[in-house]
Amino acid sequence: MRIGVITFPGSLDDRDAQRAVRAAGAEAVALWHGDHDLSGVDALVLPGGFSYGDYLRCGAIASVSPIMNEVIEAAGKGMPVLGICNGFQMLTEARLLPGGLIRNDHGAFIRRDQRLRVESTDTAWTNGFAQGQEIVIPLKNGEGEYVASAETIERLEGEGLVAFRYLGVNPNGSLNDIAGVRNERGNVVGLMPHPEHATEPGFGPDTAAAMRSGVDGLTFFTSAIAALQAA
Amino acid sequence: MPTIVVDVMPKAELLDPQGKAIAAALGRTGRGTFDVRQGKRFELTTDAAVSDELLASVQEIATEVLSNGVIEDVVGVHVVEDAPRESQGA
Repeated sequence: MRIGVITFPGSLDDRDAQRAVRAAGAEAVALWHGDHDLSGVDALVLPGGFSYGDYLRCGAIASVSPIMNEVIEAAGKGMPVLGICNGFQMLTEARLLPGGLIRNDHGAFIRRDQRLRVESTDTAWTNGFAQGQEIVIPLKNGEGEYVASAETIERLEGEGLVAFRYLGVNPNGSLNDIAGVRNERGNVVGLMPHPEHATEPGFGPDTAAAMRSGVDGLTFFTSAIAALQAA
Repeated sequence: MPTIVVDVMPKAELLDPQGKAIAAALGRTGRGTFDVRQGKRFELTTDAAVSDELLASVQEIATEVLSNGVIEDVVGVHVVEDAPRESQGA
């Protein structure tokens, strides 16, 4: 199983995403934004960071990168695509996911270990979770407030397209506490928090059992492998 | 060479944290009480002559690239000749 991680100018978390893919048991394939080539991968991760320095809008310039033609085509054919943080922003800019991300309502950058509730488990990236399961993964962004038109929010809620919701605190003013969304087919998922930073004991969020032992993010990647094996 | 100016603002119904921070700073420095919203101005300079076709093309660029309709509105597209002061609405 080969999962590609696309590096854009200004990506920060591409290496962590590659490590997460390997920790889950798949081969990580480094892809470059300027290529028109997905190297035959089975799934894709658009990692976090500050592509193009957030110029124009977060993710906007990266969303028209050469490789995005292939990403959009592959997503349309059902390939699992996960957008994390800046990658989520790119997916909304590319219109692969609805809504948009704007500056946090309090105006500050925020970094915290964030509780989330898994709201949708019939996707390529969440099938290993239980419906309503609570997880903790890191959140770190300046522009993570999820917004969409009232009609779009109504549709997302009505059709079960909210993938993750913030629990405890809403860290950025996101509408309906939405932390992540999915497409109708369930192959494309995007969220602001960072599953790839919670995949290895010793480097994840603190848990009741031990400091930094949280690996809730690993299930995103094992879910994708399971989805590909089932396909 | 003509320059076409495109103005983009965050949607009115969305909170604008930048504008809010600026308004708070104005208040703190005793410059009065204002509601402030911060937008973006783009200047597109071209060798091409201004035509309906060019303006239609810039309008499309403004809508599809320079702004994101989910979070922003294009509030103005107008032509400015060489001297910025000789601006005219379009």
